[in-house]
Amino acid sequence: MLASLDLTVVWAVIIAFAVFAYVVLDGFDLGIGILFPAFKVGLERDQAMNAIAPVWDGNETWLVLGGGGLFAAFPLAYAIIMPALYPPIIAMLLGLVFRGVAFEFRWRDPAHRAFWDLAFTGGSVIAAFSQGVTLGALLQGITVSGRAYAGGWLDWLSPFSVMTGASVVVGYGLLGSTWLIWKLDGTAQARARIWAWRLFPSTLAAIVAVSIGTLFLRPDYLSKWLDMPGVLMTAQVPVITSIIALAFYRAMRKQREILPFFMTLGLFLLSFIGLGISMFPYVVPGAVTIWQAATAPRSQAFMLVGALLTVPPILAYTGWAYWVFRGKVGDHGYH
Amino acid sequence: MLEQFDPIVLARFQFAFTVSFHFVFPAFSIGLASYLAVLEGLWLKTGSSIYLDLFKYWRKIFAVAFAMGVVSGIVMSYQFGTNWSVFSDKVGPVIGPLMAYEVLTAFFLEAGFLGVMLFGMEKVGRRLHFTATCLVALGTFISAFWILSANSWMQTPTGYEIGANGQFLPGPSWLAIIFNPSFPYRLVHTVTAAYLTTALTVGAVGAWHLLKDKTNPHARKMFSMAMWMAALVAPVQILVGDAHGLNTLEHQPAKVMAMEGHYQSHPDGAPLILFGIPNPEQNRMDHVIEIPKASSLILKHDPNAALAGLDTIAKDKQPPVAILFWSFRVMVGLGMAMLGLGLFSLVARFKKRLYDWPLLHRLALVMGPSGFVAVIAGWITTEVGRQPYTVYGLLTTAQSVSPLAAPAVGASLIAFIVVYCSVFSAGLWYLFKLMGQAPTGGEEAGEPGPIRSAGTTPAMGIKPTTQPAE
Ligand code: HDD
Ligand code: HEM
Ligand code: HEM
Repeated sequence: MLASLDLTVVWAVIIAFAVFAYVVLDGFDLGIGILFPAFKVGLERDQAMNAIAPVWDGNETWLVLGGGGLFAAFPLAYAIIMPALYPPIIAMLLGLVFRGVAFEFRWRDPAHRAFWDLAFTGGSVIAAFSQGVTLGALLQGITVSGRAYAGGWLDWLSPFSVMTGASVVVGYGLLGSTWLIWKLDGTAQARARIWAWRLFPSTLAAIVAVSIGTLFLRPDYLSKWLDMPGVLMTAQVPVITSIIALAFYRAMRKQREILPFFMTLGLFLLSFIGLGISMFPYVVPGAVTIWQAATAPRSQAFMLVGALLTVPPILAYTGWAYWVFRGKVGDHGYH
Repeated sequence: MLEQFDPIVLARFQFAFTVSFHFVFPAFSIGLASYLAVLEGLWLKTGSSIYLDLFKYWRKIFAVAFAMGVVSGIVMSYQFGTNWSVFSDKVGPVIGPLMAYEVLTAFFLEAGFLGVMLFGMEKVGRRLHFTATCLVALGTFISAFWILSANSWMQTPTGYEIGANGQFLPGPSWLAIIFNPSFPYRLVHTVTAAYLTTALTVGAVGAWHLLKDKTNPHARKMFSMAMWMAALVAPVQILVGDAHGLNTLEHQPAKVMAMEGHYQSHPDGAPLILFGIPNPEQNRMDHVIEIPKASSLILKHDPNAALAGLDTIAKDKQPPVAILFWSFRVMVGLGMAMLGLGLFSLVARFKKRLYDWPLLHRLALVMGPSGFVAVIAGWITTEVGRQPYTVYGLLTTAQSVSPLAAPAVGASLIAFIVVYCSVFSAGLWYLFKLMGQAPTGGEEAGEPGPIRSAGTTPAMGIKPTTQPAE
């Protein structure tokens, strides 16, 4: 019994890791898509695209691990969440279709490149927004009866979920712009800087708004964050977030190229930890805990063997692939 | 407006539509990835630049097809939850881990090395690059392994226990689940199908360019390679298909009855119905052309063996006969045609006319898409034949569906149809454009493209790689 208890937490951590890896990795891809219209047609756009062309597929694979992993490790949660969030999930998938094919199609068809650039941006915005809506809708709670979703098909739509949707778009934009500061030079880099400056305060505002909004969604969130003595722990989250925000500001002022990206990652990590504090131990807040949703102990054990054997090499070769394409994109692609 | 539709029918149609679209791309990319690995290997071994040229030619095509495979595949991994949530809850403990293994061992491998394969030739050295190509090819195979294991388990479930909460739970041995009885047959049959599909496509492209210029050495090389594949693999595929059918007869007899159009039992030798019109109202085949006793001969290796018909199966447990009867014939008919093409190419080779026999080239051109048609027909046979169950004999399709409102499923179905038809037609158009360009050495120079054109073009220093602004 104890063994299976532990494995459930282990799997919750693994899924959370996959989701976080997805959010930051595809986050900067989608962010570049969101900012794409800001870049000049021609060299600047080509460079921005080339800054992610070799890695976007690998980045998106974490989404498959997040979704597929949820199915595998917490089938009941997957079975409840997917129908509950049906419209935003479908919208996200369709957005990703446009975004994904644009990588190849824009090069194949110069006559319609403007169209595929638009599809790249449109798909990225829709995917990012839908992911944010999904997050908000999950946080605000889902109607469950028995082992199934029992609400209507528009329950997910609320001012809060729209706000989380917009916040994710802004946050991904910041990730994308800081990635481009790192990978580009010349006018394209300068433009990325301008956008990072613009999106930084908006991202902070979004973090604050979503955090406060979350507190008042459900009484248990409020007590988790504000009751003594837990508050001594939870208060660290906003404190460290502020420190990172300050560090971001200084790095940008000093025209640093790599640091802003990692500081943005820090902001995302802290927000993600905050999210974890609010939700734990539920996967479907207020309705299903990770233990209720967990798959059979034998399935957990079998998959854990696989994860332990494969995740370290995955991280190694993914890191290697990034290493191969290190450095500035330049105007001739990678040399 | 969409309320009057049955959400189950809409959900089924949506799943069938999205998965059929998806599978078109794996059917091509599994074969093409291996072909690319072979081409690059031959280049490294012989040093002959013709292989490198062909590698680069097909790599561009691969990149477009692969991108479409990825985006349509991501849709699939969410369709289980969105459309079949009860199914997901019930069978998650058994097939969830198989799909998790697919992500961990296959998708990451493909995606991790794809970037290097497409863009990294100048950056990592030849051997490492070749390794990346091989790993991408290996990834596509591993992917097929796991997903077909999951699918086969739904066809022939073994190694499970039923939990107190109604879930299917894994029994003591995962091997009993992974290597369920129909899996080895389905794996071999599907992977060879992918190889055949690719060979026929490559052959058609080669044939097209031979018809325009029979001296083109690149077109000759690819045509010859493809025709070897077709000649060798088509007969294998037919033998494997036969073995697969015998396996299906053992585990899912109703499916075979429907495929054969056997409404009635035949106590002393069943005929092989070549053609006929299924008549579900009267439970019989109309206008049949049949070979007496041949079906018993094929399925039981004895012309007089008794063969049960659908009259032994309750009406509500029967799969839809008409679809199965036709989809099976389409697949088998095309398989025979592929064999014919392969034999024709052998004759042409023997007569030293492989490169100047326009009839052969026209035939190869016409057969270009036949692999895709056969593959989809095969899957329709497999999946529709499992009806009315999702997990054969244990969980019905009607019990598997999500509690969704018809308008939600209907609206998303329309969105999928519109988006897939427009986006993937554009992709198909680009694929045709790429395949329409004559394969010649160094055609990548000055080609618009992502950074790979910069990374792999020898004439890099001379020609600008970025497109003029539009
Ligand atoms: C026999 C092979 C086969 C079959 C039956 C399927 N697939 Fe597939 N799939 C592949 C073979 C493949 C592949 C060869 O690995 C792909 C195809 C093209 C590609 O780019 O990778 C792929 C891509 C692919 C991706 C994107 C992977 C990535 O991010 O790189 C996902 C998420 C899925 N598939 C999921 C599914 C699901 C849920 C299926 C069942 C309904 C399914 N596939 C059927
Ligand atoms: C890639 C090749 C595949 C094709 C072309 C295909 C095709 C189809 C079709 C046509 C149907 C509809 C049958 C009907 O409703 O009458 C269907 C249903 C279904 N298939 Fe597949 N399938 C494929 C692979 C898979 C795999 C690999 C899995 C699981 C691992 C799977 C799981 C299902 C499920 C859950 C249904 C829904 C139940 C149903 O509608 O009957 N399929 N598929
Ligand atoms: C000509 C001889 C062939 C025979 C006798 C044959 C037999 C079969 C049978 C009996 C099935 C259904 C198995 C089941 O659902 O349990 C099947 C499925 C299938 N066939 Fe064929 N087949 C032949 C040719 C081909 C060809 C030429 C292709 C493609 C190039 C192909 C591709 C497929 C695919 C993709 C499936 C679905 C996956 C599977 O169940 O294996 N087949 N075949």
